[in-house]
Amino acid sequence: MPRFEERGPRIAVSQATRVDKVHPRAKALRVLVALVSVLVALIMLLPVGVMVISAMKTRSDVMSSPPKVLFKPTLEGFVLLLTDRAVVSQARQDELREEANNGKLGLFARIALDTGMEITGPSNYVARLRNSVIIAGTSTVTSVLLGLFAAYAFSRFAMKGKNDLLFFILSTRMLPAVVVTIPLFLMYRQLGLHDKHLGMIILYTVFNLSFSVWLLKGFIDEIPREYEEAALVDGYTRMQAFFRIVLPQAVSGIAATVVFCLIFAWNEFAFALMLTSQRARTAPVGIATMMGRGGIEWSAIAAGAVGFLIPVVIITFALRKYLLRGITFGAIRG
Amino acid sequence: MATIELKGVEKKFGDMFAVKPLDLTIKDGEFVVLLGPSGCGKTTTLRMISGLETVTAGKILLNGKEVTWRHPSERDMAFVFQFYALYTHLSVRQNIAFPLQAQGVKKEEIDRRVKEVVDILRIPHLLRARPGKLAGGDQQRVALARALVRKPAAFLMDEPLGALDAELRESMRAEIKNLHVAQHATTVYVTHDQVEAMAMGDRIVVMSRAEVQQVGTPIDVYYNPANIFVARFIGSPGMNLVKGQLAGGSVSLHGGNRYTVPPAWTDRLGAALGGTTEVILGFRPEAAQVSAQGALAGEVYATDMYGGHTVLHVNLNEDEIVHVRSDRQSSYPMGTKVRFDIDPAMVRFFDPRTEHAVSSEAT
Repeated sequence: MPRFEERGPRIAVSQATRVDKVHPRAKALRVLVALVSVLVALIMLLPVGVMVISAMKTRSDVMSSPPKVLFKPTLEGFVLLLTDRAVVSQARQDELREEANNGKLGLFARIALDTGMEITGPSNYVARLRNSVIIAGTSTVTSVLLGLFAAYAFSRFAMKGKNDLLFFILSTRMLPAVVVTIPLFLMYRQLGLHDKHLGMIILYTVFNLSFSVWLLKGFIDEIPREYEEAALVDGYTRMQAFFRIVLPQAVSGIAATVVFCLIFAWNEFAFALMLTSQRARTAPVGIATMMGRGGIEWSAIAAGAVGFLIPVVIITFALRKYLLRGITFGAIRG
Repeated sequence: MATIELKGVEKKFGDMFAVKPLDLTIKDGEFVVLLGPSGCGKTTTLRMISGLETVTAGKILLNGKEVTWRHPSERDMAFVFQFYALYTHLSVRQNIAFPLQAQGVKKEEIDRRVKEVVDILRIPHLLRARPGKLAGGDQQRVALARALVRKPAAFLMDEPLGALDAELRESMRAEIKNLHVAQHATTVYVTHDQVEAMAMGDRIVVMSRAEVQQVGTPIDVYYNPANIFVARFIGSPGMNLVKGQLAGGSVSLHGGNRYTVPPAWTDRLGAALGGTTEVILGFRPEAAQVSAQGALAGEVYATDMYGGHTVLHVNLNEDEIVHVRSDRQSSYPMGTKVRFDIDPAMVRFFDPRTEHAVSSEAT
């Protein structure tokens, strides 16, 4: 009787399953690919790194050449960015010195005494940041909400000229934004929407709507109709079925759409530059126009850019698992 | 509970009929199966009853009241979908409670009724689970529970077992049938599986190409098919259909066989055919008995062993092969000459011009 080992494997070996032996050249290639990608990532991140570092440098450190790698971090940039300051008058300085001698000097008073500058109030960048929050936030909510309803209708109901309508919606994105800024500027002047929050909200909503309709339609298409139909026969109206069944199922699509819309509205520059001047001016334009007011305050600009990035980074990070679905959308199913 | 009446109900998509005008009355507590190949309009019919699909013409009555244009939520019918349509973002308990919430049932009452149905379906251990994580059979039970919990006027089921594997399908079939007997609820059940239809239905509605072919009890549909389509579609294998010429009280088949028409048929057959001689002879495989003195002769083309019985494929001539059931477990090698007889009570005739059956009344 043959011994078991002599028979070899019972199942024919049709595929190599060992993974521990990789050709040295293949291994080297893998390492090379990893190295190159890390290098590319570093190069991409360099400006961001410089920006973050600059935001924490003093006015003199920022300008030094060659750039200082080791320096004493300071929040000077942020203070310059967010506050309006005035030179402390001689009389006030004497007054402060008097108080200091009596030993009852507050923190801000001491700073005023030390630097000879006094904070008089928030800078108008604070107002611009608030404008950005209001405009980007509202326009994102409205464009996603409207897009959701439109996408649901496009996905579920038969309508005449559906494809033409969808194409028309998409076509609003085919022109580069700059082309329409001049006519928009004239229209907004006439309509009294120039430099108004409402004007910017409408503009960003419209601009994002096409995107949100198309993206959300894809997500809703993937939700089987049976879910709503089950809810309908279970005694719910279509509206109730929409809110209780479709919405929870579409949550990843909604999250992805929110992030994309928000990033656009938050970062948008060209329209904001043309269509706002003071009241509704947003932060990106605010940072850019900061240049050239009595010398360029690089640390303040860097601080502004860092602060400006933070909300987007947080939201993108919080919703990142949905984003992957949004970006690769269409390529993978289920 | 409920009677459902369809009066001239039809559905058109553009110019194409999805369902041709259809009349059907489903009695209270009856289990009616809509059976047909895919695309025959059976699911569309079910969806029209539920209100998920609008009708192009006709009326739907529930307990004598017209509901044709009522919203699905106002018809008090529970629908079980082929792929269950369980809400994956809700737990099993929330899924089952969902229809009750729509009715504004109090929380204690919901808890009581959910417990009741999960006990009936033996799934109380699944209440906290997410439907997405369950096995196919359990998902089906949850879907049934969601339908049962409402105590609806009628149950509509769209191939509820289609997504299950064969073994599970069989046991769930019995489970659904038991439920129906216990609840005595009017049920409309759609399937393309004739075995399922035969096993479950009180009555079967056979559909094909948007049209009802026959409505009848399983026995009726099996033994007295109304036309050639039903004869072929029901049974596995279907009814044998052999073309022949009627002449002088017997049917001569291609290949030299001659079948003597049973006396009960002779008058009716001549009258029904109205002078023409073309006729189709039909018989079920089990209606044929192999015997040395059999009236019909052929050659064994192939044999299918089923264990309990054997089905012989018998070649009567070049292009006509009939199935003959043999209880003998002995095998017939290919090419064996066999003779067989047809039970005269179980023979059927069809008119090849209309494809309709010649009435078999009084047999």
